[in-house]
Amino acid sequence: MLTPVVDDDGAPFWEYAARGELRVQACAADGCGQLRFPPRPCCPHCGSFATSWRRMSGKGRIWSYVVPHPPLLPAYAALVPYHPVVVELADAPLVRLVGNLVARAGAPLDSVPPGRVRVGARVQVVFADQGGVVVPRWVLERP
Amino acid sequence: MTSPRKPRTTDGSTGPAATGRAARPTGRVRRPEGTASLKDATAIVGIGQTPFARQLPESEKALACRAVLAALADAGISPAEVDAFASYTMEETDEVEVAKAIGAGDVTFFSKAGYGGGGSCATLAHLAAAITTGQATVGVAWRSRKRGSGPRPWKNTTTQLPTPAQWTRPFGLLRPVDEIAMLTRRYMHEYGASRDHLFNVALACRNRANQNPAAIMYERPLTRDMYMTSRWISEPLCLFDNCLETDGALACVLVSAARARDCRHRPVYVHSAAQGLPAQHHGMVNYWNDDPLSGPAWTAARHLWKHADFGPEDVDVAQIYDAFTALVPLSLEGYGFCDRGEGGAFTEGGALEIGGRLPLNTAGGGLSEAYVHGFNLITEGVRQLRGASTAQVPGAATCLVTAGEGVPTSAVLLRN
Repeated sequence: MLTPVVDDDGAPFWEYAARGELRVQACAADGCGQLRFPPRPCCPHCGSFATSWRRMSGKGRIWSYVVPHPPLLPAYAALVPYHPVVVELADAPLVRLVGNLVARAGAPLDSVPPGRVRVGARVQVVFADQGGVVVPRWVLERP
Repeated sequence: MTSPRKPRTTDGSTGPAATGRAARPTGRVRRPEGTASLKDATAIVGIGQTPFARQLPESEKALACRAVLAALADAGISPAEVDAFASYTMEETDEVEVAKAIGAGDVTFFSKAGYGGGGSCATLAHLAAAITTGQATVGVAWRSRKRGSGPRPWKNTTTQLPTPAQWTRPFGLLRPVDEIAMLTRRYMHEYGASRDHLFNVALACRNRANQNPAAIMYERPLTRDMYMTSRWISEPLCLFDNCLETDGALACVLVSAARARDCRHRPVYVHSAAQGLPAQHHGMVNYWNDDPLSGPAWTAARHLWKHADFGPEDVDVAQIYDAFTALVPLSLEGYGFCDRGEGGAFTEGGALEIGGRLPLNTAGGGLSEAYVHGFNLITEGVRQLRGASTAQVPGAATCLVTAGEGVPTSAVLLRN
């Protein structure tokens, strides 16, 4: 499995994830406070380099999903059918995270049957170790 | 009879962001003093290509040289006269190698547009700008690929991880098809587009390839049953929603309009050209944009139409980048052939076939002629305007050619 390669801008995201917190980068300039994702050095709205990391509720909805079929990298081919999803966050619907839908925290990527996935389904974040990096994953609110 | 195309608006509407429609021409564009116009200032006078196949024995460099020399021979221009080159990224043969191999003279302009398949039409824009501003006189653009027998770029996934791919690849969104399938699912959900709409795109391309002896899918018909029962690649995209992996190369030669009149073929003028990188865009995984279904086509289209003497309703034939079928309805919307969300429905009733509202990819496109990063769409546009296509649109005088949608893109309007 591939693991995220942590860079300067994104490092806090992964550090918070390791503590079980889903946080999104936000502008820390007075009067701005806009969220942005993926992380980057400065705010596209006001140009400030002042940054904070705002905690999210971890609730969201499935914006879209796919079911990849081989040929795939071997570690992923072994998990077919799995579902990469794009989740729009309930707290910030324009912030969308790519992730995976699983049956429960720690369950493998193929733990939800394909028929259970639909656009608009409510999901909740959980966290799991993936090759030494803790990543957000998603479970259905009504499994 | 009802008019299949929209009437030209006269309300001065300025574009999709405000109205949901692509900008229509609103008269002559006032240029800042001292700037040159690219409009019809240059023309394509030569095209060349190698055979297309799943596997060709020669190297990419050899194929590139064959295509470039064929295009120069077609133009009747000596290689020694070439003084400008343009290519786009993911091209492994650089201009130093091509210039040396073909015997070019001193080269005074060279450029490489970014973002792979998004750069095909930008090569023409860069050459047109160079020639119009006196930086060069004879320009060559080319593309050489061994995607049929060579490695797939997505297999080298790990090297991409330090880029923003770290936010997508680890979750198993590994290949371009997975990224576009995600957009496609959302597009279907939001607008009711269906697999039948995608099939219409695949079928139009295949039908045209069936007429084109150079196409990989020559004489290999496609049926709805074959499409609907084919294997998935990344649901909701199946085998026939994907372009062909191809070995091959193409090139074209650009000169000033004045010189073009003395060349052996009817000039095909570069009427308007544009690149497009939308605000807050993020490549094929544009999910982080406020509006992921409004991609780079919309940005390129606004500029393209602003500088053109005609609008989408006047386009006789279109060559629209089709690495995946779903890019076509998205592009039809972006370039203003229909309103937002109507790209799927636009494909109904044979609209994309010869004789339809907008004959599409008339050599077979990336889906059924060859996938050479879109460059075959340019050469087919030229053939249409020369009256020399294997699926000729009678009297075609205007052609839109687009580059890869879903990445920073480019487009040109050609006319004769």
